[in-house]
Formats: sequence, C-alpha cells, structure tokens
Amino acid sequence: MGLLSKKNKEVLVGPLSINNPVIVQMLGICSALGVTSKLEPALVMGISVTAVVAFSNVIISLLRNTIPNRIRIIVQLVVVAALVTIASEVLKAYAYDVNKQLSVFVGLIITNCILMGRLEAFALGNGPWESFLDGVGNGLGYAIILVIVGFFRELLGSGTLFGVQVIPQVFYDWGYVNNGLMILPPMALIVIAVIIWVHRSRNKELQEN
Amino acid sequence: MKALRNYLDKIKPNFEEGGKLAMFRSVFEGFETFLFVPNTTSKSGVHIHDSIDSKRTMTVVIIALLPALLFGMYNVGYQHNLAVGINPGFWMTFIFGFLAVLPKIIVSYVVGLGIEFTVAQYKKEEIQEGFLVSGMLIPMIVPVDTPLWMIAVATAFAVIFAKEVFGGTGYNIFNVALVTRAFLFFAYPAAMSGDQVFVRTSDTFGIGAADGVVDGFTGATPLGQIAVAGKELIGNFHVTDVTGKVISTMDYFVGLIPGSIGETSVIAILIGAAILLFTGIASWKTMGSVFVGGAVVAAIFNMIGTTVVMTVSPADHLFLGGFAFGAVFMATDPVTSARTETGKYIYGFLVGAMAIIIRALNPGYPEGMMLAILLMNVFAPLIDYYVVEANVTRRLKRAIK
Repeated sequence: MGLLSKKNKEVLVGPLSINNPVIVQMLGICSALGVTSKLEPALVMGISVTAVVAFSNVIISLLRNTIPNRIRIIVQLVVVAALVTIASEVLKAYAYDVNKQLSVFVGLIITNCILMGRLEAFALGNGPWESFLDGVGNGLGYAIILVIVGFFRELLGSGTLFGVQVIPQVFYDWGYVNNGLMILPPMALIVIAVIIWVHRSRNKELQEN
Repeated sequence: MKALRNYLDKIKPNFEEGGKLAMFRSVFEGFETFLFVPNTTSKSGVHIHDSIDSKRTMTVVIIALLPALLFGMYNVGYQHNLAVGINPGFWMTFIFGFLAVLPKIIVSYVVGLGIEFTVAQYKKEEIQEGFLVSGMLIPMIVPVDTPLWMIAVATAFAVIFAKEVFGGTGYNIFNVALVTRAFLFFAYPAAMSGDQVFVRTSDTFGIGAADGVVDGFTGATPLGQIAVAGKELIGNFHVTDVTGKVISTMDYFVGLIPGSIGETSVIAILIGAAILLFTGIASWKTMGSVFVGGAVVAAIFNMIGTTVVMTVSPADHLFLGGFAFGAVFMATDPVTSARTETGKYIYGFLVGAMAIIIRALNPGYPEGMMLAILLMNVFAPLIDYYVVEANVTRRLKRAIK
C-alpha cells in the first residue's frame, strides 16, 4: 500500500464533495451558522477543525487496539478536549482578534459532530495514516463550506472580504445598502441550503426520492 | 369577447411545442386562462370542483384590494402635502400618490411573475396564478420610500425561497407577501422602519414640492410614536399627525395617517373585507377571530397598563398599523392559514393575540402583525392536526360505547 494509493486518495478527496460532512452528512451545521458571518473567522475555524480532526484521528487510531470498548467515548473526548485546548491556546497567542470573534465556538469544536463521527466511524477501524488523511479530508470539506458561506455572507452582508472593502463606494452613493439579513444566522442556513441545492443538482446520485 | 377569443385561437399554434414562439408557451397559456375560463377538465382521480377556478378567485381578491390601494395612493399624496405644506387639490394629490406607488406595483409584478413564468416554462408546467395577489399585496405593505431595487430583491427572494422551493402555488408554508416584507424588514431595517420612510418629502417625477418640510414635521407612524413614548407620558400621551396636530381614534379609522401604503384606512379595508366575505372567498371565522384575539389581549394589557403601548385602547390597536389589513387580507390566505373550521378560530385568535403581544412587549418591533401571521403560519398545520385528532378521538369514543 502506497502512501497515496487509490483507496487513500478516495479517503482524502471523498469528503470534499461527494461525501461532504456538512452538505451531505449534515454534520456541524450549528458552528457553520455561528462563525460564518465574516470570512476570516470562517477560515480560521475551518483550519482549526481540520487540525483537530486530523490529529485526534491519528491519536485514536494509534490507541485503537488498547482502548476498552466500554469507555471509548470518554477516551475520545479526552483526546479531543486536549487538542481543542491546544488549538484554542494557539489562537489566543497568534490570532487574538479572530479568537475573540469565534468566542465559544472554538471550545465547542469538541461538540462538533464531525469529530466524534470520524473517530467512531473511521479512526477506530483504520490505521493512523489513513485516519490522518480522513481527518484532513473531512476537515477541509467542512472548511470549504464554511469559506463559501462566509464569502457570500461577508460580501453581501458587510460589503467586505477579509475585512477589506470590496464593494466600491459609488455603489453606496447610488443607494446600495448592505443586506442586514446576511449577518443573521437564518441567512446562513439558506446559503447552505442553496449550496446543497446546487451540489445535489450536479450529483444526481445524492438526490433522495 | 368573441373577437378576442378568435384572436387567441388564431395565434395559439405559434406557442405550441415546435411553434416559433414555443419559449413563451407558459406566458401565453397564463394569459389565455386568465382571460377565459379553460374548458379542460381534470383527467384522473376524484376532485371537488368549485364554480370558479383559482384565477377567478384571485381576481376577486384583487378587486377587494382596490379600495385600500386607491385610498393608499391618495393618502401618500395627502401625507406629502401635509409634510411640505402645499394644497394642490384632490386630483394632483391622487396623481402624486399614483405615480409614487405605480413603480412599486410594476416592479413587484415584473420580478415575481418573471420568476414564475420562467419556472413554469422550465418545468413545463402551467403558470401558477398565486402571485397575482401577492404581487399586489407587496407594494401595499411597504413604506412609500422603499427603494425599488430592494422590493425587487425581496420579491425574488420570497418567490424563490418561500414558494418555488416548496413546490409553487398552494404548497407554500408562509405567506409570500409577508416573507417579502420580513426580508425587507430584517435586511434593510433603515428603509423599513423609523420616521424617515413613511412620508415622502421629495417630489415624484417632478410633481409635488421637492424639499422643505413644514415646522414641527414628524414622519413617525402612530405606532412608532407610541413605541418610543416614555412611561412618564401614561395618561397624557397624544398621537400626532405629520404636522404635530393631535389625532384620535376617528382619524385612525378613516386612515389619513402615515403608514405603509395600503394599510392605513380601516374603512377601505372593511369594504374589501365585505367583498371577500360576501363572495365567500375569505373565512369570516379567521377574520373575525383575529379581531377578537387582538381586542381581548389589548384589553388585558389595558388592565396592566405599565407602558404607553399597553394603555392604548383595544379599538385603537385594531385600527392602527397593519392589524386590519393583515386580518382581512393576510391571515385569511387559504394556503397558509388553518383549514379546519375549529382550527380557523384558534388560528385567527392567536394571530390577533400575538400581534398585540409583540407590539406591547417587544420594544424593537412597533408593529407585530407581520411576525404574528408568519409565526402562526408555522403552527397552522399543527392546529389542523390536533383538531382532526380531537375529532377522531371523539367519534371513536362514541362508536366504542
């Protein structure tokens, strides 16, 4: 088995689109609504989750033969909590402003369904390298959706991208007004719904009857 | 009539599959069935047929809306005259309002029907006629100074996300016109509330005075004034018109007060209500219980009376803002309201009650009718479900005995 065999590639690439954790498995919706009103926190959140999922997958995968089945959830939680704390501390040290914008959602990575889902479904039954790829794939799949949602919400809601004004001032002089609803969580739900709509219409095999 | 029918029959082949104008098939079909009752019958299943089809029903609702619309146009001009201190006579006043409102109606219909026609053509279905009424309601429930592009965006949003994604006319959970208004309200709060938007102080296509408001001008609606009034004014609070003159219940009833375009005149709305009730299109149970619900809750708040809005009398509450308009034209929407006969009482009562509760207890929303109806739209199926369940249980008991 090569490091990037066909199966491993599938493990890495599948979650980006065809098996995406957010728009296909419907996991992690809550944080996707909470942190995407601006693009920057959405991106940072995506990276944090990717890191946490990838490394917790590796750790659980390494321990998978020694964890007693009855207490595996607790062990998983301990590992995830440790990693989330590390991620939170790193953010506080190097990206304090973003960390403040993300507020509780960094700590709440621990409750993100994607994490426990991947640990239970994948890391407990596969080797560390595959688990790492799976974690990176799922984290990036989550991050992509967050970035897309954050892009539209920040562009239409604030007229900025990464905090930089992109809608020119003349538009505002002509009477354009930022869409305040885009800042509110309901619109994030609708944006995700539209992404799902587009995604399903391009991937017919995902459509339910 | 005969000539029109013949003409339609003559041009019809152009729009059939393979004809040179086939891409406008749905548009043609829409107009044809709008002008003439189609003579086709349903091909399968058992159907209950009414004597009039839904296009004719919609037409009656439009006729019922006309008094409120025409009054609203006049009122737009009247408020403008008061604000800038001119008196150009009845017809110029009406024309000012007509020109101010007409672009909104056109934008609402062009955007909404454009989307409906496109979807119908794309899905190879008949045009759904539901937007006929929504398109007229939308311009009537917005302030006169709402920019046209906002109405266009909000209409597109509502038609797509409140209607088409649920399957089109008859399947929508929420009232489309109210979703439009809710979208505007939350997306562009500065253009939908406050005291700058309800009275036009600039000219309309060169008619009316361009600038310079009279001394003491205030553009706040009565409910807006009530919402911001402090507790120290209880018992000593007076609502004023745009020039600062004190107005009372009779003025609210007549409707020459600032507000959204079609909602101000209770008289005009009652004429519409009479048309709807006489033709049996709207349910008197829903309509009546909305007013009862509002009056009961307003009376309860009167007894508590700790803020100015709580001390507003039940009659004033029912006459002010969008309450009467919502009760007559929105709450009775046959698609989104409760369908069971008992359910209509419950639904209507809760709409009225919620509207007054939102007005009285939430200082952020001076008007609660929009949110009350949207909220109860969600609960309408639940109400129906329990009414039916209760009926089943009752009859089961009788049978088992």
